[in-house]
Amino acid sequence: MTAIALSTRGLSKSFGSLEVARGIELNLPVGARYALIGPNGAGKTTLINLITGMLAPNAGQIFLDDEDITALEPQDRVRRGLARTFQINTLFPRLNALEAVTLAVAERRGIAMQFWRNIAVHGEAIEEAYDILAKLRLGEDCYRPTRELPYGRQRLLEIALALATRPRVLLLDEPAAGVPHEESGEIFEVVAGLSDDLTLLFIEHDMQVVFRFATHIIVLVGGAVFTAGSPAEIAADAGVREVYLGTRKHG
Amino acid sequence: MSIISEAASGPVKYLKAQTRWHPIETVFWLATLLPFFFLPDYLQLASQIAITALFALSLDLILGYAGIVSLGHAAFFGTGAYAAGLFSKFVWGEPLTGLIVGTIAAALLGYASSFVIARFRHLTLIMITLGLGLLLQEAANSASWLTNGSDGLQGVTIWPLLGYFSFDLYGYTAYSYSLAVLFIVFLGARRLINSSFGLALRGIRENPLRMPAIGAPSRAHIRIVYTISAAMAGIAGALILQTTSTVALDSLGFERSAELLVMLVLGGAGMLYGGLVGSTIFMVARDQFSGIAPQFWYFWIGLLLIVVVIFLPNGILGGLSKIAAQWRRR
Repeated sequence: MTAIALSTRGLSKSFGSLEVARGIELNLPVGARYALIGPNGAGKTTLINLITGMLAPNAGQIFLDDEDITALEPQDRVRRGLARTFQINTLFPRLNALEAVTLAVAERRGIAMQFWRNIAVHGEAIEEAYDILAKLRLGEDCYRPTRELPYGRQRLLEIALALATRPRVLLLDEPAAGVPHEESGEIFEVVAGLSDDLTLLFIEHDMQVVFRFATHIIVLVGGAVFTAGSPAEIAADAGVREVYLGTRKHG
Repeated sequence: MSIISEAASGPVKYLKAQTRWHPIETVFWLATLLPFFFLPDYLQLASQIAITALFALSLDLILGYAGIVSLGHAAFFGTGAYAAGLFSKFVWGEPLTGLIVGTIAAALLGYASSFVIARFRHLTLIMITLGLGLLLQEAANSASWLTNGSDGLQGVTIWPLLGYFSFDLYGYTAYSYSLAVLFIVFLGARRLINSSFGLALRGIRENPLRMPAIGAPSRAHIRIVYTISAAMAGIAGALILQTTSTVALDSLGFERSAELLVMLVLGGAGMLYGGLVGSTIFMVARDQFSGIAPQFWYFWIGLLLIVVVIFLPNGILGGLSKIAAQWRRR
């Protein structure tokens, strides 16, 4: 049996009377590629916010490997190897891509507090940042301020920033959101090319993409796990068709 | 034998080049020596400007780079001034020791308050810093047996600098001393801005939400820069005390903090030289205008402020560098 990289136990969250997460139980084996799907408002992004610590749950626990990380600050979860990207670009507009990724690498290496040394002395960190960017085909654009980059490049930078933290578990919140269909393939090729040791959970609406890249699918409805299984099982599931794919039974 | 590669790669070279000393910086610092030769009657004013520039630089570190707005930065300026003043009056009048005492006092206060500062942003932060300034001013007022209240600290004697240069009426010593300290602190601030820590500060300014998601302990960063900034403001405060031999309650006050913010915004925040340029323009203009029509001084500064923030979002220096960039492109 493969080891579990990330798991949750009875994770719940409500805003007033609105329950956005209801007793969610996840078990992501090391190296798995999980897709998180569900209709709008199902609580997919909320789940990522809970796991990464950007929202505090009302009940339940989160484990990274075997460690209970429920009470940790978001940055401490990142340091332990749990990274995320954002559905809406959450970048550094006036930093260029090289600076932004160098910053993330410097934070991971614990050299970001060194205010007495010129940044150029950290050659290895800068090289590492550039290598990440080059791998994501951002090498040529890395000297342009982020806000001047085309939207699709900014989506790739979202992933580059997360990779710079050297995650073991990566949560991708609609990595290709807003990208035209013909360009979204490039982003998912990058995702598919990530290391096999990396455990992935991604939110995606495009079912073609989901069936192509996911090894497992979790269907979230109304803040609760509706069903989960392999792509073939989900495709054959009549209940999923009904609530998610919108095919109604007649009669 | 192993070959040590001296040639840095493209990205490293690029980041190194971003931090390189520009010829215009040499011109700027040479120009600060001009008052000695051409404006000997204005050395006292020049000294005040150098000190205010240092104070503005301290605010720039937190506001211009880390995006932390403060309306109470005079709290640290005044603390530095009073600490240096009381030390000189009761303990030891040697200026460099006094400077260190003022710096440490302000740094300690800055470090203590940084734990609160690092938790808040926006309006809450403005109100907290404002409140801190008022609180300190009132404390100094009620301790008038020590501070002599609004009349200002009296009986401070500053010994000659390095045992030789006494603080003369013309301000030769005052300006030389202030300028030297400004330059040294500036080099330190420049080093900080060009470090990985400086990059992290810009990250906090650009997107505080993303910082935790890349594993950055933003609050720890803010605590460090806030303490450093407070220490720098304390240096400026100690200098003003030593070059004028007195300090009054207004040095802690809201008006001092607000003026400082105006100078920095006029000059251009987040550009290292913005506070220096802004304080020079502000103080020279005040000196000139108040000679003609003192009651209208704030009218003009108000007008200038509005025009600058509308048309030059990066201040006067930002506007100038934009013009220079267009000139080069031609």
